Amino acid sequence: MTSLRVYIIRRILLSIPMLLILLSVVFVVLRVAGDPVSAMLGGHAPISEIERIRKQLGLDKPLYIQYLNYLMNLAHFDLGRSMIWGQRPVLDEILEHFPATLELSISAFTFSILLGVFTGVFSARRRNKPADHAIRLYGIITYSIFIPWFGLVLQLIFGVYLGWLPISGRSDPRMAPEIITGLYVLDSILTMNLPGLIDSIRHLILPTVTLGIYLSGIYTRLTRTHMIDILQSDFIRAARARGLPERTIIYKHALKNAFIPILTMMGLQFALLLAGAVLTETTFSWPGMGYFLYERISYRDFTTIQGTIVFIATLIVLISLIVDIIYVYIDPRIRY
Amino acid sequence: MISDLLRIEGLRVYYYTRDGVVMAVDNVDLFMKKGETIGLVGESGSGKSTLGRAILRLVPPPGRIISGKIVFDGLNLTELSEEEMRKIRGKRISMVFQDPMTSLDPLMKIGDHIVETIMAHETLTREEAEEKAIKLLEQVGIRSERFMDYPHQFSGGMRQRVGIALALALNPDLVIADEPTSSLDVIVQFQILDLMKELKNLYGMGMILITHDISIIPGIADKVALMYAGQLVEFADAKSFFNEPLHPYGKALLESIPNIQHSDQKLKYIPGNPPDLINPPKGCRFSPRCPYATEKCREEEPPTIMVGHHRLVKCFQY
Ligand SMILES: Nc1ncnc2c1ncn2[C@@H]1O[C@H](COP(=O)(O)OP(=O)(O)OP(=O)(O)O)[C@@H](O)[C@H]1O
Ligand code: SF4
Ligand SMILES: [Mg+2]
Repeated sequence: MTSLRVYIIRRILLSIPMLLILLSVVFVVLRVAGDPVSAMLGGHAPISEIERIRKQLGLDKPLYIQYLNYLMNLAHFDLGRSMIWGQRPVLDEILEHFPATLELSISAFTFSILLGVFTGVFSARRRNKPADHAIRLYGIITYSIFIPWFGLVLQLIFGVYLGWLPISGRSDPRMAPEIITGLYVLDSILTMNLPGLIDSIRHLILPTVTLGIYLSGIYTRLTRTHMIDILQSDFIRAARARGLPERTIIYKHALKNAFIPILTMMGLQFALLLAGAVLTETTFSWPGMGYFLYERISYRDFTTIQGTIVFIATLIVLISLIVDIIYVYIDPRIRY
Repeated sequence: MISDLLRIEGLRVYYYTRDGVVMAVDNVDLFMKKGETIGLVGESGSGKSTLGRAILRLVPPPGRIISGKIVFDGLNLTELSEEEMRKIRGKRISMVFQDPMTSLDPLMKIGDHIVETIMAHETLTREEAEEKAIKLLEQVGIRSERFMDYPHQFSGGMRQRVGIALALALNPDLVIADEPTSSLDVIVQFQILDLMKELKNLYGMGMILITHDISIIPGIADKVALMYAGQLVEFADAKSFFNEPLHPYGKALLESIPNIQHSDQKLKYIPGNPPDLINPPKGCRFSPRCPYATEKCREEEPPTIMVGHHRLVKCFQY
C-alpha cells in the first residue's frame, strides 16, 4: 500500500497547478466583468463613497498585487472576507451553505445510480425487447433534460396541481431540526425528531428526482452496455454451468464487473453533479452553495465567488482520488 | 438401457443466424454408462461444443434445441423447468471449460468460487464449505494458502486446476470437459490430463472429453464418438477405433496424427474444407472429401449401422 500512498501524494501535488490555473482565470474574468461596489451601491452613489469602499476592499491596488495578496492568504488557507454587506469570512459562508448542497448531492447521486443501474440491468436482460427500447430512449432523453424546465414541470404537477410535495426550501421553518451536521435528514434522526424527518424528506424529493433523473441516463446506458458484454462472457457462462442462481449471476458476478466502468463514470460525473446542483438549487430555492454562488455572482462578490470555486474544485479533486482508492479495493488487478 | 447414465436421442440444435440456420447438431444419438469416458472428437466447427452445452441446456442464443431427448439418469432434461435444470448444473453434471483465463470471475477469490458453488447446492455453513474447498484445491494440486488469491495471480495451468476443482466440487455423475487442455502449452497439457485421469479414478464420474486433438484420447477415453458436420459418424470403443477406424473420416483423422515412431512420415491433411452447416452437402456430408465416395453417397444420406457389438458407423460401406 505504500505505492498507493505515493500515488495519492503525487496526484494531490499534480492537482495544485490545475487549481491555480482555474483560480487565475476566475480571478481575471470576474474583474473584467465589473466590481462589487457599483453592484452593491447601484449607479447613483457619489464617486467619493465608491472610492472609499473600493479602497477598503483593496480593489484600488493594481491587479497583480491583488492577485498575489490573494494567493498569499490562500497559502494559509485563508479565503478572505466577503466583499458585500456583512463582510463575513468566506469560509464561514461556504461551510454554512455546504451541508445543504451535500445533502442534495448525496440524495440525488444515490437516486441516480440506483435508478440508472436498475434500468440498465433490466434493459440488458431484455435486450432488443420493447422494454429495452423504451429504456434506451429514456437513457438518451434524460441526458438532454434542461433542469430548470424539468424542475418546473415537477413543481407544477406534484406541488401546485396535486399539492403533494413542497416546491422550495429545505424545511418548513417551524419543523427545521436542531442543527448538528447541517444535513437535515441526519439531524432529524439524531435528535429523534420524526415530524422534522418527514418534513425534510418531503422537501428533498422533488429536487432529488429532478437532479437524479437528469444524472441517471448515463448510468442506464453505461450499465446496459457493460452488462450485455459481461453477460456473454466466459465466466458468466461458467457460472451458469455451476448452477448458481440467476440472481447471484446477475448481481454478484455480472454487476460487480460492470461496476468498474460505472465507478469511473461516477468520478467523472461528480463535476456534472455539482453543476446540476447549482441549477437545481436555484430552481427549488434550495439554500446550498449553488443557490448562494448564483446570488453572489450577481453582486460580483469576488472573494466569495473565488473561494467557492476553489472549494468546489478541491472537492472534485478529492472525490476523484477517493474513486481511485475505491478501485483498488474492488478490483484486485489494479495496483498503483 | 435404464442403467445408462446418459442417453441422447435424435438431438438437433440449430443456430438461427442472420445468414441462415446453422445445423450445428443434427440428429445425434449417444449413449453412455455410469463412470464411462467418451472422447468426443471432430474438427473445428463440427458441433462438439454445441452438443456439450446442449446437455446442460446452455446453448447460447441464437441457438436452440429443436428436437430430441436428453435422458440423464432417467430424467428427460429437455422437459425440466429452468430451476430444476439449475439444480442439476454443477451438482450432477458439471463442465470444464476450454479457456481457464476467462472462465473465472476476475473479481472473485479462487476459494470463493468453490465455496459459492458448494453453497448453491448444499446446505452447509460457510466454514464447512471452506473446509471442503480447501480439500478440493489440495486434491488438484493447489496449496491452501492460495485460497485467498485472485485468478490473475495464477497461471493458465493452475487456473485449469481450479476449473477442475470447481467441476468436481459436488461430486457429479458426469463431467463435460470442453477442450480442457487446448489453450495450454504441451507440458501443462500432459499434467492436466494426468490429473484428470487420476481424479476420474478417485471420483468415478462419467466424462465427455471434447477435443479436436484425437491424440489425447488413448489412455483416457473408453469410447470414441466421432463427429463430422453436426452428425455422429462413428461411435466405438476406443481400442477398436484406434485399431481400425471404420468411417473414412476416422481413417483420415488417424492418418493425420503425427507419429513419433515414424517421424520421417509425412503429415497427411484431410483434403478439402469442412462443410458449411447452413447448406450442408447433399447425401453423405463427408462425400466431397471422401476417397471412397460413390454416386449414391452424393445423393442419399447414409443410415447409422450397428457393426459388431455396440459399434455404430454412418457410412454406406458397411
Ligand atoms: N453462438 C453462435 N451463433 C451462431 N453460430 C454458432 C454459434 N456457436 C457456434 N455456432 C456454429 O455452430 C457450428 C458448431 O460450432 P461448435 O462451437 O459447436 O463447434 P466445435 O466442434 O465445438 O468447434 P471448435 O473445435 O471450434 O470448438 C459452427 O458452424 C459454428 O459456426
Ligand atoms: S457414405 Fe460414402 S461418402 Fe460417406 S463416408 Fe461413407 S463412403 Fe464416404
Ligand atoms: Mg468447441
